[in-house]
Amino acid sequence: MNLKGRHLIDPNDFTLEELQQIIELGLKMYENPEKYSEVCKGKILGTLFYEPSTRTRLSFESAMLRMGGTVLGFSDANTSSVKKGESIADTIRCMDDYADILVMRHPREGAPLLASQFSTVPLINGGDGGHQHPTQTLTDLITIKYYKKDIKNLKVAFCGDLLFGRTVHSLLKTLSRFPGISFVLISPEELRIPYHLRDEIMNKHNVEIIEATSLEEHLCEIDILYMTRIQKERFFNEEDYVKLKDSYILSKGKLKDAKEDMLILHPLPRVNEISYDVDDDPRAKYFHQAALGVYVRMALMSTLLGVKGIC
Amino acid sequence: MLKVTGIEKGIVIDHITSGQGLKIFEKLNLHKLSTPVVLLMNVSSNKLGKKDIIKIQDYLDIDLTVLGLIDPNITINIVENNEIKEKRDIEIPEKVSGLFKCKNPRCITSVDDYAEAEFTLVPNGKIQYRCSYCEELTEYKL
Ligand SMILES: [Zn+2]
Repeated sequence: MNLKGRHLIDPNDFTLEELQQIIELGLKMYENPEKYSEVCKGKILGTLFYEPSTRTRLSFESAMLRMGGTVLGFSDANTSSVKKGESIADTIRCMDDYADILVMRHPREGAPLLASQFSTVPLINGGDGGHQHPTQTLTDLITIKYYKKDIKNLKVAFCGDLLFGRTVHSLLKTLSRFPGISFVLISPEELRIPYHLRDEIMNKHNVEIIEATSLEEHLCEIDILYMTRIQKERFFNEEDYVKLKDSYILSKGKLKDAKEDMLILHPLPRVNEISYDVDDDPRAKYFHQAALGVYVRMALMSTLLGVKGIC
Repeated sequence: MLKVTGIEKGIVIDHITSGQGLKIFEKLNLHKLSTPVVLLMNVSSNKLGKKDIIKIQDYLDIDLTVLGLIDPNITINIVENNEIKEKRDIEIPEKVSGLFKCKNPRCITSVDDYAEAEFTLVPNGKIQYRCSYCEELTEYKL
């Protein structure tokens, strides 16, 4: 199993064993960060953010700096030369000389895949439109591993906008490859997961799916509750929005029937889908999730770089 | 009436919807062949009223998979010794590129000339193809 020099565009690019390897290394780095504080000394991370995403960019930068490396790049295509219509191919042909590893965020779906075809150094997809966001998926997985010890035999609920939510699609697809996983999908009927995704999960991986329109309905059976934002403009009309919006907001009151050890996760930033009174509930792990995201990115980058001293 | 004799050996692409013959001629790059080829247009047909026919002499090694996307009415006859040796049904190709564009407006292929999508047929009974870049489905229409 050698991930050195590989790209990460889609979580499916990696086998389950490879995903596990990165998650386990991430947890080791989290437990003992000093040991890894110089493993990427002399390495440069290039950040190519064609649209701003402060959270993702800072998480990557923090990860590289915590391993003794440095970073360069741009955080918004409007302020860089790429605005003047330079092709992705040409940008990559230069950047892969400036940096040892690249992360790309792009509003166009498939842009990181195109970039990877021209890159001589490992390239990581930092989110492409509504398509994939594999390091968010790794962040979700390391959090599940940390709290549940094993990613198997879990009932995972997703709540919110399941039609357009890219983090949801990525995680659903990846989790369905792990053993004994089943899903509860909670959303308004208009925002259910796309047909082709449901088809893939149920037919290819044989995973059980329960669909629900209310958050409370199945809460007592759930091991992991993954909350996502639901945007007002996704509703077909104002009336539906007003009627339904509270059904998809998690409040302390609703948690009374939930399992003691249920995990509440969220890709952040949240707007109002998790009430502030949930934050001090011991089951609320979304801030720790963001913290673990740095360590899983450390594990990912050091592995793709093939640096010494990470085993 | 215009008469064109049969071929002794070769391929007859028959029952082409009238008007599509020239398009198929181009898609198959038949103008590059060195053996005799005829394109018949607006031939009367019991089944279609009018149809186009293409007859290619000798040349049997030709990739016909693309026909499945152009015209589902087409029939293919392989001729040897002045007889139809084989009737071939046209099939919908598993993989195509260059024939149509990804319908997803957010797809990188819609703005970057370096990105040419390869499409893979989705086995769902419809003629839908998954884009290699964005994974969205595009339904193929004539
Ligand atoms: Zn596409």
